[in-house]
Amino acid sequence: MSEPVVTALLALLVLLAAVAVAAADLLVAAIALGAYGFVLALIWAAIGAVDVAFTEAVVGAGATTVFFLAALLRTSRRRSPVPGPLRWGALAVALATGGALLAVAAALPPWGDPTAPAATHVSPRYLEGAVAETATPNAVTAVLADYRSYDTLVETLVIFTAGLGGWLLLGRPR
Amino acid sequence: MIERHDSVVVTTFVRVVTPLAQLFALYVLAHGHWSPGGGFQAGVILGATWILLGLALGREALRRLDERRLLAAGAAGVLLYLATGLAGLATGTRFLDYAVLPLGPTPAWARHYGILVVETGVTVTVAATLVLLFLRLADGEPRP
Repeated sequence: MSEPVVTALLALLVLLAAVAVAAADLLVAAIALGAYGFVLALIWAAIGAVDVAFTEAVVGAGATTVFFLAALLRTSRRRSPVPGPLRWGALAVALATGGALLAVAAALPPWGDPTAPAATHVSPRYLEGAVAETATPNAVTAVLADYRSYDTLVETLVIFTAGLGGWLLLGRPR
Repeated sequence: MIERHDSVVVTTFVRVVTPLAQLFALYVLAHGHWSPGGGFQAGVILGATWILLGLALGREALRRLDERRLLAAGAAGVLLYLATGLAGLATGTRFLDYAVLPLGPTPAWARHYGILVVETGVTVTVAATLVLLFLRLADGEPRP
C-alpha cells in the first residue's frame, strides 16, 4: 500500500485513541479501542508485517474488545472521576514518554533499509536457511517455532500463567 | 449467567458460522508453514468461536467446557510444547531440537512437523486460556 494511505491510517489511529480517552461512556471507549486495533492491523498489513497484522486483528480488534465489553457488563459504563493531581501527573508521564519516543524515532534506520542492523545481523541466515533446514517457506513461522523456539515456549507459559492469574483474581462467578 | 439470545437470526447465524470458523482455525494452524498464521492466531480464533457460542446460545451451550477442563487443556498445551523439547533433549543432545525426532523422512521435514506439534500446543493453550478468562468475566450477574 502507498505511503499516503499509511499516513491517513495513522491519522485515523490518533483520532480513535483520542475518542477512547475522551469518551464519557466507556462502551464508546471500548468500541473505539476495538476500531483502533483494526486500523493498527491494517497498518501492519500495509507495511508488510502480515503475521503481526493477523495477530493484531484477532487479539487487538477481536478478543480484547469482547473482554472489555464483558468487564463493562459486570461493572459500570460510567467513567469514575479521576482526581486532578492524578490527571496532570498522567498527562506529564504520557507527554514525557511520547516526547522521548519521538526524539529517538529520528535516529532509527528508515523503514525497509537493507543495511539496517535488523536486516543484516541474523535475519539473512534465517531467510536463506528456513526452506532447506526446516521445510517451512514462511520464515516467520520457522523463526518463531524453530530457531527461536525457547522464546515461544516461555511465551506460551506466560500466556497460561497470565490467564491463571486473571482467573484467580476475578474470583468465582456469583 | 450468560442468557441465550432472543433473536432466531442471531442463534441460527452463530450455529452456521461456528463450525466454519473452527475449520478456518485449524487451517490457520496447519497452513502457518506456508502463509501468515500459526498456533497463536489459530488459538484465538478457536477460543473466539466458543465465546461466540456462549454469547448467542447461553452458558448452557458451553456446559462441557467447565473450568477444570479448560485449566487442564491450558496446561496440556504448555506440557505438549515442553515434552517436544525434552524429547529432542532425550533423543539427541539439544533441548527443542526437532531434527532428531522421528517425525519426518529427513531432518528438515522432522523440524517441519516438529513446528506443527509445538504450534498445536500453543493453539490449545491460547484457546483454553481465552475461554477461561471470558467465562470468569462474563458469567457473573450484571451489576444493577
